[in-house]
Amino acid sequence: MNKFKKVDCGCDTIANCCGGPKTEKHSQIAVLGGVKTKAGDIPVVSAKLGFKDTLGSWRMRWGFGRYSYSIEPGIYAVGKPKNTSPVFVSANYKMSFDKLRKALADIDCFILVLDTKGINVWCAAGKGTFGTEELIKRIKAVNLEKIVARKQVILPQLGAPGVAAHIVAKKTGFKPVYGPVRAEDIPLFMKKGMKADEKMRSVEFPFKERIVLAPFEIIGSLKLLTVAFVLLSVINLFKSGGLNIQNTLCSFLPYLGSAFVGAVLVPALLPWIPGKSFAYKGWLAGLLYVAVIGNMWFPGTTVYFTWLLILPAISAFIVLNFTGCSTYTSLSGVKKEMRYAIPLIVVSALIGIVLNFL
Amino acid sequence: MKYLSNVSTLRLQAAKCTGCGVCLKVCPHAVFVIKNKKAVIVDLNFCMECGACKMNCSFNALEVKSGVGCAAGIIAGALRGTEASCLCE
Ligand code: SF4
Ligand code: SF4
Repeated sequence: MNKFKKVDCGCDTIANCCGGPKTEKHSQIAVLGGVKTKAGDIPVVSAKLGFKDTLGSWRMRWGFGRYSYSIEPGIYAVGKPKNTSPVFVSANYKMSFDKLRKALADIDCFILVLDTKGINVWCAAGKGTFGTEELIKRIKAVNLEKIVARKQVILPQLGAPGVAAHIVAKKTGFKPVYGPVRAEDIPLFMKKGMKADEKMRSVEFPFKERIVLAPFEIIGSLKLLTVAFVLLSVINLFKSGGLNIQNTLCSFLPYLGSAFVGAVLVPALLPWIPGKSFAYKGWLAGLLYVAVIGNMWFPGTTVYFTWLLILPAISAFIVLNFTGCSTYTSLSGVKKEMRYAIPLIVVSALIGIVLNFL
Repeated sequence: MKYLSNVSTLRLQAAKCTGCGVCLKVCPHAVFVIKNKKAVIVDLNFCMECGACKMNCSFNALEVKSGVGCAAGIIAGALRGTEASCLCE
């Protein structure tokens, strides 16, 4: 869908990994001044986000304007850090950085920004750009040992798939410590003497995180909907011998609904829909949806069977794609469900289309 | 939330494990606990194959084929004849 080039939803816990900047140009962040260190002046950034930051994250979420949303890698300061202050490591995806600095309002510290090509921590760790080598390189490049006396860096836990902490420690002398999954938990983590309890370490996939992905899923399903629309127009053309726009639009409505079921309803109700397989959940919800609309308005046997064959297949496919956004599906698991789901979806949809020409 | 059962490729070699506890700290799904000074897999079905534990186990006690659990990525990989990966960048 969308050639799988989705934009990053940017929620930056675990999120869909696609997107990233299309240009090399970095976004500007307001600098409040400088902190003097043995490695030179370090720019101080505000822990408060401005209107532009909020607007930017909103635009990213809806995928408007694929402008660069990365910041310049390097070292930054928050508050008035000294050489005993902690160092937090971030991706150079602006939304990761913004979330972090917002959480650091009451902590004087340094932020070491890695070059993750403008991609969030989790996704960059999976790709290896938020990784062992980059961290080693960046620690050396900014002369971190001249800036702080304590040889320790605090990494977001979600960076762990990319970073071998023991190797970083061996190569740089700086010991990586894994902080909490969510930046909001950092103040508590620091208060507890840099210990993350199980809750801070666990990734969940709560309603709020699922629903925030809705715009992203809607945009992701547009390609599929376009295909459905074109097919419907052709079928209508074939049947009525003329292009009846109004007719086509009306018969398209149920398809729009099935995409909504897959992109919004199932993600929102994910834990409550029976089954473990995403495609199955989508198919089941789609089937229920057909039953409901068929009950409200029966379109005739042929069309009803077309609905039964195509609409749940559309929902199933869209929900299957939601595995990329979910925070608990494994590669082996998704591969396994795709092996049976994709052929079934395709066959079901094809029979549904052919049915129309009989 | 649990995903499909018995699919994860995660394997733990108890003989190599020193019970250092690093895997507990990096796993986002609380897959491990320490019992009798060794890591134990509590529930394999919570594993999302992110690879964080393997990456950070300095004793090579863990093995997992990590990757993205993402249908679009797998399709993209299949079309390009590579491993599953995000088609982005
Ligand atoms: S990180 Fe490795 S050695 Fe340490 S407890 Fe886990 S499996 Fe054992
Ligand atoms: S691969 Fe990830 S989810 Fe699975 S056990 Fe290791 S750290 Fe936990």
